[in-house]
Amino acid sequence: MTEQKQEKFNIAGKDFTSRLIVGTGKYKDFEETARAVEASGAEIVTVATRRVNIMNPDQPMLVDYLDPKKYTYLPNTAGCFTADDAIRTLRLAREGGGWNLVKLEVLGDQKTLYPNMIETLHAAEVLIKEGFDVMVYCSDDPIMAKRLEDLGCCAIMPLGAPIGSGLGIQNPVQIRLIIEQANVPVLVDAGVGTASDAAEAMELGCDGVLMNTAIAEAQDPIAMAYAMRLAVEAGRAAYFAGRMPKKLYADPSSPLAGLI
Amino acid sequence: MNIVIEITINGDPHKIAKGQNLDMLLQDLNLDPAKVAVERNLEIVSKTTYQDVIIMADDRLEIVHFIGGGK
Repeated sequence: MTEQKQEKFNIAGKDFTSRLIVGTGKYKDFEETARAVEASGAEIVTVATRRVNIMNPDQPMLVDYLDPKKYTYLPNTAGCFTADDAIRTLRLAREGGGWNLVKLEVLGDQKTLYPNMIETLHAAEVLIKEGFDVMVYCSDDPIMAKRLEDLGCCAIMPLGAPIGSGLGIQNPVQIRLIIEQANVPVLVDAGVGTASDAAEAMELGCDGVLMNTAIAEAQDPIAMAYAMRLAVEAGRAAYFAGRMPKKLYADPSSPLAGLI
Repeated sequence: MNIVIEITINGDPHKIAKGQNLDMLLQDLNLDPAKVAVERNLEIVSKTTYQDVIIMADDRLEIVHFIGGGK
């Protein structure tokens, strides 16, 4: 057990202990964001790159609450619907933060926020050529996942259900196929609603889970962040423990021999 | 004599004095250069060159920073 706890999670050559990556959006304020991140035990946080409000330059900034030296900032391309927008955004993010590790997502549709895989593949190719380490949000199609890995993406992150839906892992068959074939970390990114969903993803063999809404929109985000931390650890441990086979009928746990 | 030029910052028109470099402009806007990134006419401006980049009329600047965000 202790050995498994010490097992490292390696992304793009860097070791992490926590397998939970959390978003920093949708919180009441930066104070709550910081407390939730702390409770989650996450070492990597996703952040968005947006225009500065130059009319009000003194408003509080995320970096004042979450120290980029303590947490690995993972700039994302949330809200980008074309490869060009995503590439521009991440070039700016790299210049702003000075780090190469980024999360690429190119969305295809406002209603479903489903990834546009054609634009995603194009953006991934350009970014990897420019030296970015690309963690990529993608559909649960194993063929697309393999293509992204072959391009050089450092982590494959299929959705478990639509972004922000909290529906849980709707596609365990596809997720497992992607995990089986992958030689880079696979994380479920989107769809987790509560702790059991995170545990399920980890029990399937995922290397990690990325979430935002499930924590930020819980009644008590700090308590849910802690629950998610435990769920990811428990799911990982259960994956290694190897679950018992499912049976159709009952099987008593007490020996039948010596029964009076 | 101060000549004023017109530029676009984050999509909005702005008038600034001619001859300013990017470092001066960020200071005028009360922005900490360490906390922002700048794109000028669709090209990333390296942080190390802010003092060398002279803002020209009709430049289009995007000044961004990191905010809370998930997906």
